[in-house]
Parts: sequence; C-alpha cells; structure tokens
Amino acid sequence: MKKTIICISCPLGCNLAVEYNNKAIIRVLGNACNRGAKYAGKEIFSPERVVTSTVKIMGARVPLLSVKTDCSVSKEKMFDIMKQIFKIQIEAPINRGSIICKNICGSGANLVATRTLDKTTQIR
Amino acid sequence: MKNDFQVIIIGCGVVGAAIARELSKFKIKIAVLEKEADVSFGTSKANSGIIHGGFHSLQGSLKAKFVVPGNRKYDRLCEELEFPFERRGELMVAFDEDELRILQIYYKRGLDNKVPYMEILGRERVLEMEPNLSPDILGALYAPTAGIICPYEYCFALIGNARENGAELLLNQKVSWIGKNNNSRFVVETEAGNSFTADCIVNAAGLYADEIAQHMRITDFKIVPRKGEEYLLDRRVGTLIKRVVFPCPSSNSKGMLVIPTIDGPVMVGPTAIDTENKTDYSTTREGLKEVFQQAQRMVPGVRISDIITSFVGLRPAAVGNDGDFIIGKTDVQGFINAAGIQSPGLTASPAIAEHIREVITKEGVKMELKSNFDPHRKTVCTKIRHLLEKRDFEQYGKIVDKNKAYSKLVCRCENVTEAEIIAAIRDGHTTLDGIKFATRAGTGRCQAGFCTSRVMEIIHRETGIPFDKITKKGKGSEIAPYPIKKGNGN
Amino acid sequence: MIKNVDAIVIGGGPAGMAAALSLKNNGIEKVLIAEREDFLGGILLQCIHNGFGLHRFKEELTGPEYAERYIDFLKSTDVEVLLKTCAIDIVSTGKKKKVYLMSESSGLIEVNAKVVILAMGCRERNRGNIAIPGSRPAGVMTAGLAQKLVNRYGYMPGKEIVILGSGDIGLIMARRMTWEGAKVKAVIELQSYPGGLNRNIVQCLNDYNIPLYLSHTITNIYGNERIRAVDVAPINEFREPLKENTFNITCDALLLSVGLIPENELSSNAGVCLDKVTGGPLVDSNLMTSISGIFACGNVLHVHDLVDWASEEAEDCGKSAGEYFKTAIVQAKGIPVKAGHLVRYALPSTLEPGKPGLISLRTIAPAENAAIIVKAGDSVLYKKTHKKIFPSEMQRIKIDTVPENADAIHVYFE
Repeated sequence: MKKTIICISCPLGCNLAVEYNNKAIIRVLGNACNRGAKYAGKEIFSPERVVTSTVKIMGARVPLLSVKTDCSVSKEKMFDIMKQIFKIQIEAPINRGSIICKNICGSGANLVATRTLDKTTQIR
Repeated sequence: MKNDFQVIIIGCGVVGAAIARELSKFKIKIAVLEKEADVSFGTSKANSGIIHGGFHSLQGSLKAKFVVPGNRKYDRLCEELEFPFERRGELMVAFDEDELRILQIYYKRGLDNKVPYMEILGRERVLEMEPNLSPDILGALYAPTAGIICPYEYCFALIGNARENGAELLLNQKVSWIGKNNNSRFVVETEAGNSFTADCIVNAAGLYADEIAQHMRITDFKIVPRKGEEYLLDRRVGTLIKRVVFPCPSSNSKGMLVIPTIDGPVMVGPTAIDTENKTDYSTTREGLKEVFQQAQRMVPGVRISDIITSFVGLRPAAVGNDGDFIIGKTDVQGFINAAGIQSPGLTASPAIAEHIREVITKEGVKMELKSNFDPHRKTVCTKIRHLLEKRDFEQYGKIVDKNKAYSKLVCRCENVTEAEIIAAIRDGHTTLDGIKFATRAGTGRCQAGFCTSRVMEIIHRETGIPFDKITKKGKGSEIAPYPIKKGNGN
Repeated sequence: MIKNVDAIVIGGGPAGMAAALSLKNNGIEKVLIAEREDFLGGILLQCIHNGFGLHRFKEELTGPEYAERYIDFLKSTDVEVLLKTCAIDIVSTGKKKKVYLMSESSGLIEVNAKVVILAMGCRERNRGNIAIPGSRPAGVMTAGLAQKLVNRYGYMPGKEIVILGSGDIGLIMARRMTWEGAKVKAVIELQSYPGGLNRNIVQCLNDYNIPLYLSHTITNIYGNERIRAVDVAPINEFREPLKENTFNITCDALLLSVGLIPENELSSNAGVCLDKVTGGPLVDSNLMTSISGIFACGNVLHVHDLVDWASEEAEDCGKSAGEYFKTAIVQAKGIPVKAGHLVRYALPSTLEPGKPGLISLRTIAPAENAAIIVKAGDSVLYKKTHKKIFPSEMQRIKIDTVPENADAIHVYFE
C-alpha cells in the first residue's frame, strides 16, 4: 500500500511517500531526517499526538496552569484525557515539569506542568 | 415617590441628552429612559460629528430654524462641558459648471438661514486651503463656522452634567407601554418590569419614535431608517484634510463626505439607503465601493487599505413631512415629539432642547430656574493621550504620582490608562462599547485586539460583573460566555 | 526618576530576552529590559501548544517552557527587568538616547542609554483592516485574543466556531477550541494555499476533520447582539466573491487569523524609518535602524514564523549593538539588498562589504522547484533549489563574504 503523509515532527513539514503492508513500513521517501521515518511508522499504524491544555490552579498569580502530556499519546485517547483535565484542580506552588497526573487515562504519559507558578495572591 | 416625575424623556441620544441637560436647569423632577445598556448607542454613536454651518437646509423648514442657532451655542457648551470642539469650516466642492451653479443655490440658502461669513471660493483659494483636494475642483462654497465634535463624547457630557444637576438616567429600560391613568397622568411601563408616572413625555426615541408615539395613538408619521455606512481611516491620513469636505448634494443626502474627526483619524461616508429594518447595521461591499469612489474623487489620497474600522448609522428619517424634523406638541396633552431628527440634528440639538423646554412650559409644567444649577461638569477625567501628544511627560509623571492607575496604559493605540477606564465605569459605562466610546480604548488601529481582556478584568474588578457576563453592548453580546475550567464562573 | 544604563531593551518577549542576554554575553554592563506586562515571555505564555525550540534547544517545547528557559538564563545575570513598565517615547539626540518609561511602581522614569533595542513584537490584523461586510455583533475577534481568553482566563468565546485565515494562530486555535469542547465548523482562506505551516494543517485540522476552504472568503456577517452566521463564497481570479456559490454557516464566534503587523508606533514617533512591505524598521546588516544606536529584532522588525529565528536574530542584534556600544562605529557604506522575482521582502536592506551576511526573506507565492539566488553583479553568492517553498516559511540565507565593490545584491527566485 502507498500513502502520502505530511510529517509533523518539526516545522519543515516534509511530504512523506510511505509504502507499507499490513505489518510494517516497507519504504519512506521524502523525509529530511530520521524522525520522518519514525513518524511514518507510528502515523500509519498507531498515530500519536502530544496533548497541551491548562488546569485550574489556586493560590497562584494566574487562574490557569499550562500543562502537556510528557510524551505523545494515542490519538484515540485525546478526548478522554481532555475530560480528565477539566476535572483537575491544583494548588500553587508548582514547578515546571512537575507531574500533575501520572499515567493519565492509562495513556502511558504523565500530565506535567509547563510553567512555574509561585504561591501568591491571584491578580489574574 | 421614586418613579414619579414631571418629565420623562424617552431616548438618550444627543437629542434626549440635550433636552435632559436643558431641563436640569429647572426645579423639576426628570428621568431619561434608555432602552440600550448605555447612552448614545443608537443613531448618535454613528453620527459623523459635524456641526454644520447651515447652508444645506431649506428655508422655512424646522431644520433651517434650528441649525444656525444650534451651531452658535457650541462655543459655550464646549466651554461648560469640556468636550473637544473645533470650528474647522466646511467646503462644498464643485467639479463642473453645473455644480458651480449649485454652489450659488446653496450660498443663497445659507444667506436665507443667516449663515455667517460664507464665501464662494475659486479653485486656487480652495487648493491653497486644502492642498490634498483633487486638482480637478473648480470652486467651493465655504462656511467657516462649521465645526467638528465627537458625537458620543458630547452626548456623555450632556447627560453627565444633567445627572450632576439631578436628572435621572435609567438604562436598559425599553418602553413596552404608555397610557394615562385616572389622574390624566402618563404611565410608562418598561420591559424590565418598571412603571413610571409623569406629567409630560418627550419622545426622543430616534428610530423608534413612531412606535413610541403609537402608544398614544399618534400615527401621523413613520420613521424609515436611512442607512449610512462610514469608514474610519488610520491616523496616518489624518493630516490630509483639515476641513469637512462635501460634494454637491443629491436629492436624498448630502453625498459622500471626507470628514476629519476631532480625534485625528479621517472618516469617509456616509451612504444613504432607505431600509425597512431598524436593526440593519451591516456594511456592504457595494457601500464600501461607493464611499471610496466618491471620497477619492474629492481627496485622491484616501485609500481602502487605510481603513481601520467601518460602521453603520441609521438616520431616523420621518416620512410624511418632507423629511423635516417633527418637533413640538401633539394632539395628546403633555406628549411632545422630538422626532425624525436626522442631519443636521446634532448641530440643531441645543436649539431643539431650548425649544422643547418652551413647549413643556406651554403644556403647563411649572418651570422655575434652580439657583444651584452648575453648568460645568464636575468630574472630567484627565486624558493622558493629550499629554503624550504634547510630550508633556513631566505633567504625566505628576498625575501618576497622585494616582497610580494612570501609569497603566491599557489601550496602547490610543494611550488610554486604567484610571480613565475606571472613571468611565464609575460614570456608568459597563459594556466594552460604552467604555470604548467614553475613553477611546479599543478605537485605534488594533481595534481592541490587545485591550479587550484587560478592560474586561477592570470591569470585573470594579463592578463585580462575572467575567463571562461582560458584554460588548448589552445582554446577549457576552464576549467570553463559556467558562471551561473547573471553578471558573461560579 | 532618572536611570543611566548602557543599553535598554524595549519589550520582554522572546526577542527582548534574547537580545538582553546577548548584550550581557558581549560585555555590556548595565542592561535594562522594560516590559509592559507583569511577566516576561510575551505572547509565548499564551501559546501553550508545543512546537517551539527545535532549532534553539533541539527539543520540542511549549511556549511557556521556551519562555522560562530564557527567564532562567536572565535570572543568572544582572540584567535589570522592569515589569508593568511601558515605554512611551524615545528621543534621540546625537549619540544619546533618552527613553521615557511609565512604571506602575515608580511613575515616570527617564532612561539615558547609548543603545536602544526595539523588541515590541507585533499585533494582529483585525476585522477593520480587511473590511468584512456585515453587522457588528459580539463574537468576532482575532484568534490571538481568543487564545488569550481561553488559555489565560479559561473562558470560551463561543461553541460553534468559524475561523477566517489559515495562519498558524488560526490553525492552532482550531485545535485548541476543539479540545476545549467547541465545534470548529470551517477554516476559510482567501489564498489558494494555506497560510500556516503544513504540520499544523495536519495536526490541527485534518486530525479533527475540520474543513479548510481555500480560495474562499467571508462575504457577510449576521447577528445583532451575537454573531449567528456567516456567508462564505469562493472567489474568482480577481478575488471577487462568486455570489451564486455562496453558502451560509451558522456559528457563535468568528476568529480572525489574517496576519500580523509589527508594532512600530514607538519607533516611528522616534523618527525611525519603516519598510512599507514588512511594516518594520529599515535596518542594516547590524540590525541597526535609520537612527544610529537604535536597533530592532524579532517580530517588531518583521514577522517570524518560528520563535527560534526571532531569538537567533535577537542574539545577533545584541551582539552588533554591543559592538556599537564599544566602538560607536556606524556602517559607512552598505550595499543595498534588492528583492527580485517572487521575493516579497529581503532583510536587511543593506549588507556590509567584506563581511559575512545573513538575509531573511519570504516568497510572494508558493513555488515548486524554485532556486533562491543571491547575486552581486555577475557573481552568484548563493544558490539553492527548493522542492517546495511557501510564503509561510521564512528563509534564512548565509552569505560567506559580501563582495567589496558591488553596487547591489539581488535576491530572487528562478
């Protein structure tokens, strides 16, 4: 089978011509780097994305803390993860990289803070 | 009695506000009912801001009767109420022999209306005065007494001063019913569920004046909105012209104008299209084309790429009286019209207000002058942009030392500080549009892209209105209506 | 209050922070950053998505993470940072620069400096700039404002969204709004190609089956208080909408992602000459503006698609500003850089003979198998063929040595 996909590993956005069968990738053309070949494999058989969002934080300068999954998660899991994110509320202080939720929705990824927020009164 | 008044004015555009201010000089209890969330939100906010010299109006009309006396009152009004006003002058320009003859007709009209200091100028003189006008111009009729103001600033100043002198302003009060009770007094009910009584009603309801009059079975006029599209250009082109420039008029409008605004940017427009729809505030591709074709003919330097925003005004044109104003008493004792007030209504408004006061007296309301009427506005907020324009940083520093809120520039395009936003909120403006008109925050080239959320924060902090309930221009126009994160908005 | 510093950087976003660091690294002692907000990092803090830093840090970061890296670098230096401080004017007299700041905590501050670096960033084009016909209801806003409302405040402007313009912010917001529970009904693009990066088309639109209408525009907006629908029409080759093919999409919010404009009110008030195409200052190869001692970098100079390049440019800017501080040497004669076939702009406007040169450029339209050529007279200084090239992707070209005696340097596609 053949398919043309666009690599999203970096802003270059290479057009990848992927040749594959039921089990494996046979050939990838058009990739500027190794990440392209890797991406093609995942994208064809089990596409994954990083989820980024915010969670409610109390006691910080701002009402929301930006978060991300620390690795890409199965595309199918994205909206389950978002549902979970809506429910989370945490307290400042928090450091960038701190785990907010371990193995979120069984995705294998941790939800981590992408920002450092000290404890202070909220000024929005 | 809380909701009992001698005079109720329906509608708080420039006409209603001017009447309220005039009546606030007397010892009577007055209220102004406004259906919108803020004053001047109807026709007035889209007015071009021209104080006309007065040569357009046909002698014998009410327009002609009030336009020149109205114009004369502006020097004093601006001194008392501290709104910016400049007598820049207006030019009606002619491109051919026929149009030169038209200039003569309007010159004659001007003389009939007692417009002072008019002149017909030849090509050279015109181009000397306004070098960016088209070189194809053959001549112009010049009225130096014409001026420019900011219409909503004028409206805010009038109603602000009226309130300082005891008039009551009630917002979000759309009239649902008017009748008379057993004592022959008016009863006014609003959709908000309030009921008011009064001896006298002034109908200054603009586009809806016919519907207000119908409550009292006055059906001898109908308001048909005449739509006008206007386009505001970047400050950059503000230097192109100093005076208001008109073409020779067509039968239903003064034509497309190039108008310097008191705040710097140039405005072009308006179109004139009759419509049945009183809520049709939409601009069109055709309107844009028409405006620029005509404006560029007069001032070739105006470009479509300079547009920073566009808007529509609906003129409340009355049908059934040759498009003249409908002003004065009616068959219903105590019910007074100030209706059908289209151009030159802004110019005429102070004179109309005085006339309405005389009519109210004749209708039997006892009018006694207050000894403590203060014609000056008590609270005028310092406008930082004026200091920045003059590069008077020292003065600015002193103001900041007294009030830190002046140090926070909320709108960087127009240099509006947090102190000015807070003053506007305390003055009763609680919508984004209201604050925009009161302070200019959001009127600049970024069109509120940057300051919207900041102004929302300040409204929230000052009034306690929840963030998701803050509106652009009243209920139904919430900016960010859906809280998405746990704990937000409840 | 009066402050004397060696250099002042106006704006504490990615460009401003990188420029300040670079000044320090190049031996400048007293460096001051004036930032209007109460935090450093600028717009990056609301760009909570990932995709930043692949060039600078060789890893994929979110906006706040990228910003915090630089904030941490700054913390290890003695760069003075004034937050909640707005620059209100720059006055240049000879070699001396005076910058007026208004600060919430200290009031008026007069800063005397020898070097000023402009790093104020850019703003979004809005509805007025593109004159969309129709009514003026709530719910029409720039994508960046929507991003701020959603990511910083936690409020959505609507639940059924149409996006006009396929610039990166618009695409990113399509995904954001979808994740946060809205239905994004369409992205409308006037051009025949997307305005944003390819990867964003894939991961922000295709992933969620959001239709992208190329060569379409919005011809009307409906709704009195709140927007309730838009008319969408395909356009012909003269960019006129085709009435007969117009269709209607109901929505309660319309987000605009129709371009960015460098924010140069402060610069032009100071007398800095601006480039009509980029909207930013005209600069020489040292990124010095038409006023010696005033430099510019980042989005205030020209709009970048990657923050990595803005940081890199700011670093170069800090370096040459540091040089200028020490030597006060102004480039005597620069060789003009001319944008030729298919080049929308090429920056800087002059290059210094005998030195290496770096040219940033963008195409006017997408092209396939196009070669970027840089020529001085007959000699080719650079040539590289690209399979595909898009206006959304800025090209940065390094020239080893700018020839000594060229009249002009021509940059064009072939």
